[in-house]
Amino acid sequence: MSEPVALRTEGLCKRFGSLEVARDISLTLPLGARHALIGPNGAGKTTLVNLITGQLRPDSGRIVLDGTDVTRFSTAARVKAGLARTFQINSLFPDLSPIEAVTLAVCERAGTAGQFWRSLSAHGDSIDEAYAILSRLGLGDVATRRTRTLAYGQQRLLEIALALATRPKVLLLDEPAAGVPKGESAELFRVIAELPKDISVLFIEHDMGIVFSFASRIVVLVSGGVLLEAEPEVIRTDPRVREVYLGHGAHG
Amino acid sequence: MALTETRPMQARAWIRRQSRWSVYEVLFWLAALLPFYFMPTYLTLASQVAIAALFALSVDLILGYAGIITLGHAMFFGLGAYCAGLITKAGWGEPLTGLLIAGAFAALVGWIMSFIIVRVRHLALLMITLGLGLLTAELANSMRWLTGGTDGLQGVDVWPIFGRYDFDLWGYTAYAYALVVLFLGVLLARRLVNSSFGLSLRGVRENLNRMPAIGSPYRRHLQTIYTISAGMAGVAGALLTQTTETVSLDTLSFQRSADVVVMLILGGTGRLYGGILGAIIFMVARDQLSDMNPQYWYFWIGILLVVVVLAMPGGILGGLARLVGKRGA
Repeated sequence: MSEPVALRTEGLCKRFGSLEVARDISLTLPLGARHALIGPNGAGKTTLVNLITGQLRPDSGRIVLDGTDVTRFSTAARVKAGLARTFQINSLFPDLSPIEAVTLAVCERAGTAGQFWRSLSAHGDSIDEAYAILSRLGLGDVATRRTRTLAYGQQRLLEIALALATRPKVLLLDEPAAGVPKGESAELFRVIAELPKDISVLFIEHDMGIVFSFASRIVVLVSGGVLLEAEPEVIRTDPRVREVYLGHGAHG
Repeated sequence: MALTETRPMQARAWIRRQSRWSVYEVLFWLAALLPFYFMPTYLTLASQVAIAALFALSVDLILGYAGIITLGHAMFFGLGAYCAGLITKAGWGEPLTGLLIAGAFAALVGWIMSFIIVRVRHLALLMITLGLGLLTAELANSMRWLTGGTDGLQGVDVWPIFGRYDFDLWGYTAYAYALVVLFLGVLLARRLVNSSFGLSLRGVRENLNRMPAIGSPYRRHLQTIYTISAGMAGVAGALLTQTTETVSLDTLSFQRSADVVVMLILGGTGRLYGGILGAIIFMVARDQLSDMNPQYWYFWIGILLVVVVLAMPGGILGGLARLVGKRGA
C-alpha cells in the first residue's frame, strides 16, 4: 500500500465556540483518486473543504499536499501548489465572458496577470489554453457571452473550468451538480469522469446513484467526524451508514 | 472540423476587439482640439478641464476598475501640486521633469498608503481615505515654512516647455500641454485596463472572494493600481501648479476629493471617458452657473447628480452607451 499520495489530512480539528465542526479528520487521497465525501446536511463537508483549501484555519492538525505541508499557506498559495476547488454556490465573474474569466485564471497561474504594460491579446498562448479548457467542457460556443447570461448548467461547468485553469493536482468539487436537473447532472459527471487521470478528485455529492458509480472510495462524515471510509460496496451495506445517512430521506 | 480549427483564433480575435479604438473616441479627441480655433477665450478653462479630467481618470482606475472607493484622492493631487511648485522654488523650473518628479513622489506616497488601503473595504476604506486626506491637508496647513499655509505657495517659476513654449496669458500653451498629458494618461490607462492586469482588476471588482481560489495575489494587484492612480493624480496636480504658477491649500481639500468623485459618478465609472465627460460637465457648469450666482451653483450640480444617479445608474456615458446599444447582450 505505498501508492503515491496527492493529499493527506492529519487530525484536522475546528470548533466554533462549543460547536465542533471538524473532529480529528484524517484522510488520504492517493494520486489519481476519485473519492466521494458524503454525509447528512450539517455533517461538515463544506467546512472540511474550506479547511483543506484555506478559507478556514484548523485549530489543530496538518494538511499535506503532494509531500508539502500547506497548513499555514494562504488560499492563493495552496492554489499555486496545486490545490483547486469549486463552489457549491456559483462563485463566478458575472460580467466577464467565460473566455476572459478562464484566461484570467490561466494568467494568474502563469504569473503574468500583473503585467499591466502588455495588452491582453499579446497573451495568445493563455487565451488558447483557456479556450481549449472551455471547449473540452463544451463551453466553446458560449465562450464570448457574458457569464450572467449562461444557462445554470453551463455556469456549473464554468466553475470546473476555472478550477482546471489553475492546473490542479488535487481538485475538490463541492456538490458540482447542486441545483442541476437530474438529466443534466449526468452530462456534468461525464465531464468529471473525463478529467485527466493525474488529477486527484474529492467530490461532495448527495445523489447516491452518482456517488456509487463514480467513486472508488467513499468517506462518510457525520457531525464533524469520519464515521467510515471504505469502498462503495462496504458503504452500501454498512448498517451504521444506513442509519445515519441513507436512513433519513435519502435522495432517489 | 475546419470550423473547430478556427475557433481558438476567434477567441483571440474577440479579445482583441474588446480593446479596439472606437469611432467615438477618435471624434472626442478631434473635438478636444476645437477650443484652439473656436473658443480661444476659454482656453484657460479648457486646460482646467483637462487637468480635472486627468484627476478623474486616476480615480476611475481605482474606483471604476478595482472597486476601491475613496474620499481622499486630493491628497495625491495636492502632493503632486506642492512637489511641482517646490521643485521650481528650489531652482529647477523645467516642466517635463518637474511633472515626472511630482508624479513619482505622489506614486511613492500612494505605494506606502496602499499597504493600509488594500486591507480594508467599504465604509472603513471610505473613512481611512478621508482621514488620510484630511491629515495631509492639515499637515500642509501647519507647515507654513514649506507650503506658505493659507497664503499658498508663492513665487513658482516654470520655464518654457522645451525651452521654447512659454505659458502665455491666453492659455494656448497651458491647454496644449494639459491636453497632451491627458492624452498620454488615457493611452496609459487604456493599455492598463486592456491588459491581463486590467482583467484581474475586473475580476476583483466582480468577485473578490473567487480571486484567492484561482490563485490570485489580488492585494498586490490592488497595491499596483493604487500606486499608479496616485502617481497619475500627482501629475494632474503638478499640471495645475505649472499652468497657474501657484499652489493653494485647496489642492489638498476634501472638497476636491469629493468633487472628483462627483465628476466620475456623473460621467460614469469604469469607462475611462466617464471621468473626462464628468469633468467637462462639472467644470463648464461651474464656470457658467457661478457667473449667474456664485453662491448657489452647487444647487444645480446636486440636482444633476441626483437625477443622473436615479435615472442612469451607469452615469451619463453609461446611459449614452445603452442608447447606442453598444454593450447590449
